[in-house]
Amino acid sequence: MSTVLLRATDLSRTYGSRRGLFGAVTKVRAVNRVSFSIAAGETLGIVGESGSGKSTMGRMALGLEAPDEGQVRFAGEPMPASGSPAWRAQRARMQMIYQDPLGALDRRLPVIVQVQEPLDIHRIGDQAQRLRLAQEMLARVGLSSEQMTRYPHELSGGQRQRVVLARALMTRPDFLVCDEPVSALDVSIQAQVVNLLVDLQAEFGLAMLFISHDLRVVRQVSNRVAVMYLGDFVEEGDADDLFAAPLHPYTRALVSAAPVTKRSSGQARIVLTGEPPNPADRPGGCSFHPRCPLAIARCKQEAPVLRSVEQGFGRRVACHLVEPSSMPNSKAA
Amino acid sequence: MASTRLTLSGLTVRFDGVTVLHGIDLSIGKGEALGLVGESGSGKSVTWLAALGLLPGKARVSGSARLDDLELVGARPAALDKVRGGRVAMIFQDPTSALNPVLKVGTQIGEALSLHRGLSGRAIKAEAKRLFDLVGIPDAERRLSAYPHEFSGGQNQRVMIAMALAGAPDILVADEPTTALDVTIQAQILDLLNTVRREMGMALVLISHDLGVIAETCDRVAVMYAGRIVEEAPAAELFAAPRHPYAQGLLNSLPPLGGARRKLVSIPGVVPDPRALPKGCAFAPRCTQAAEICREVVPALRNAATDRRVACVFEPVVPAPAPDRELELA
Amino acid sequence: MLRYFAIRFGRAAITIALVVTFAFVVLRLSGDPAQIILGPEAPPEAIAAFRAAWGLDDPLWLQYFHYFGAIAQGELGRSMRDGRSAIELVVERIPITLALTLPALAIKLCVGVPAGIYAALHRGSLADRMVMMLSVAGFTIPSFVLGLTLVLIFAVKLGWLPSGGQDSWRHAILPVLTLGIGGAAVLARFTRSAMLEVLGQPFIRTASAKGVPWRDVIIGHALPNAAIPTVTIIGFMIGTLIAGAVVVESVFSWPGVGRLLVVAVANRDLAVVQCILLLVAATMVSSNLIVDFLYGFLDPRLRQTVGKAA
Repeated sequence: MSTVLLRATDLSRTYGSRRGLFGAVTKVRAVNRVSFSIAAGETLGIVGESGSGKSTMGRMALGLEAPDEGQVRFAGEPMPASGSPAWRAQRARMQMIYQDPLGALDRRLPVIVQVQEPLDIHRIGDQAQRLRLAQEMLARVGLSSEQMTRYPHELSGGQRQRVVLARALMTRPDFLVCDEPVSALDVSIQAQVVNLLVDLQAEFGLAMLFISHDLRVVRQVSNRVAVMYLGDFVEEGDADDLFAAPLHPYTRALVSAAPVTKRSSGQARIVLTGEPPNPADRPGGCSFHPRCPLAIARCKQEAPVLRSVEQGFGRRVACHLVEPSSMPNSKAA
Repeated sequence: MASTRLTLSGLTVRFDGVTVLHGIDLSIGKGEALGLVGESGSGKSVTWLAALGLLPGKARVSGSARLDDLELVGARPAALDKVRGGRVAMIFQDPTSALNPVLKVGTQIGEALSLHRGLSGRAIKAEAKRLFDLVGIPDAERRLSAYPHEFSGGQNQRVMIAMALAGAPDILVADEPTTALDVTIQAQILDLLNTVRREMGMALVLISHDLGVIAETCDRVAVMYAGRIVEEAPAAELFAAPRHPYAQGLLNSLPPLGGARRKLVSIPGVVPDPRALPKGCAFAPRCTQAAEICREVVPALRNAATDRRVACVFEPVVPAPAPDRELELA
Repeated sequence: MLRYFAIRFGRAAITIALVVTFAFVVLRLSGDPAQIILGPEAPPEAIAAFRAAWGLDDPLWLQYFHYFGAIAQGELGRSMRDGRSAIELVVERIPITLALTLPALAIKLCVGVPAGIYAALHRGSLADRMVMMLSVAGFTIPSFVLGLTLVLIFAVKLGWLPSGGQDSWRHAILPVLTLGIGGAAVLARFTRSAMLEVLGQPFIRTASAKGVPWRDVIIGHALPNAAIPTVTIIGFMIGTLIAGAVVVESVFSWPGVGRLLVVAVANRDLAVVQCILLLVAATMVSSNLIVDFLYGFLDPRLRQTVGKAA
């Protein structure tokens, strides 16, 4: 891709978590030395289960949370300190969309007022212009002029998420972080919003970090995809390619576990044993090894690093069993 | 026993004068796996809660739900209590909040064992342990005296399944059993449901919004929209070639996991408010194929092929294979 | 586990110390006890002598220091009025107050809790609306209004019961009712909402789906959960056993701790006021402790937290 818009280097984030009321503080490593870059107009999808650290990563990419280690550079510049004027100016260029649009909207204001608000804050245009721009944007995301004057609770979930999108786009941002933006929506509405998101991304030349547990949705909107497990990137690559031929054992399990309406006889489902990962209790070595059907002795000792593999388009995998140079044995599973 | 069958006919539910379920006709026999798919508000959960008398008091249920010869709608509470958990068990979406937080899981399972199997004391403990082993909870003996908050969501769903199996039911109704769980844990639970169904010869009603989950688990599927069944068909046929425009739209809305990427063919508009259903077919305002007649008449669910029913005026009618499957809608 | 209790007790002690300190400062800043006790016409020498005798001339911090030193030795001072030990004065009033508050607590529990449960189970029924209406009334009517109303009806109009004093058990009926009715209303309301909240929980539906008869769902599944928030308010009521009857005792001239407090405050009888406040703080704090332990007993989620800290 073309120019790098956002580059994250060795991002780490550790939370202190108390067990019980007076228990000792345990360190929970939510994100573990993760590096990635997103080009202008490109979408990087992040998939992972709960506790994988994907939301923490999204907040760090947006500068809403400072990493303990590592750095995020946006348009070549390091992230300004939170709350500084430079940081506030940058807010206009980066926006966030959450899962729950009702929580992101003010119940007491008609949606048109809220969509206009970013222009008020950043003092763009005069009152009449702001109103007109807000109306245009709401129309663009598919709201009727009658719906624009309604309050959030008078709209459906899908319409609210459209409003949130419109508001996020008002300042013409370059970068959007979406954290499970369609997970709360019904299938038919989800498809509408996903289509809209893809269209808007192309139209506005947005770069996106798209976080979801839903593989289908992630594939639909992303150019590249990274798979997270217990704070690590375990695999990263081209979206179509990664889902068609996953290399990391966890990605394979994840892809095969996704329920499909038509399963061809060849692809049996890999059902992982064991409990979901607990970030407060990271196993040593490869953090996936206790659940990995292929784990060998080395996996318990040594944490694999994310490194490029030959096949695929810029595929990176963190697994001892995937050789960096040779084609991995697809029958291994 | 050998031919246990739960038959719903004309099952209708009203809340405060608003009809949310418009005469459901559906039937499930021994060992079958029936899927109910639809979006929120389609009535897929209400159908089964109504059949088992589990809706809040203000719900007005009419029509019929027969378990063999026993009419469940309007049945005495004592008769219903025997059916619930004993012949028809149910598990729910969020397993952790579906279990009582102040009671040990062993106690909660024991309750079902004493109610439906007449066990007590040591026998309860032994049987509960066997059930825990069956649903794959390790260290069963010790875990029986743990509380729900000490388990993960996936494990709590296993506890729920163990509890449902305690009464050795003929039918298990699973209401979005994996929706609150992560993908890899979802796969474990679906596997478990399949295994216990096979081993115990139990029928399964799986309620889900997830087409993939339904496709992988069920033999037969009913698609619901706005309180009505719009299509019912064997799972393989439905997913290969849906007939009702809503079923088609639902399948097209699902982003593919492989192959070429295409723009999703989404269904325009929103699900109608049950208080203001459109006249005629409830799906007509969103249907790309809708004609004048669709806005006038509610299409009946009719036999469109052997073992297949569709509620669309454009479906050619096929003579009924068996008279008892002929249906009429209010 | 030990650590948990130690911290709880430590906090309780700090709370009591803060209450006592606050009372100490406020009482001394709000008027000269010598002047009040000896009267406005007392000669200056008498006042000076009184002040010297009670250490009122010392700087405030020194008085405070002496006071705390004495408390540490279990010495709570003497009444400035008649020189009797303050603790003795207070302790002899406690049973008199309890004679009102304990029966009142029984009324609150025996009427309030069942009424709340009944109202929740028959939500929207006539009985529910009655309970809610009465509870709002019990909530909003101040106890002196209720007390005086009862006096008006049962003592003045009907002449069935005495209007004040402490001569027989019949004298206790009206004050006990006054205390009990208000508390029962509060408790009914609390119990009702706790019960409604629990009845809406998914696990109630699970129990029904399991075939548990409705009566057993209520007793075995709903009540243990509804008890958790209800216990908070009951604990608070236990905390008011000693000092919760100040107004009612005044209305009915009942010579309990509350009356003593009113008189002592009016007289700036410092040692007695402080002794009562100490006692009140101690009962409040210990009832809070009891509630905490009851929580642990009722709610395994909290128990585990405590266990883990061990």
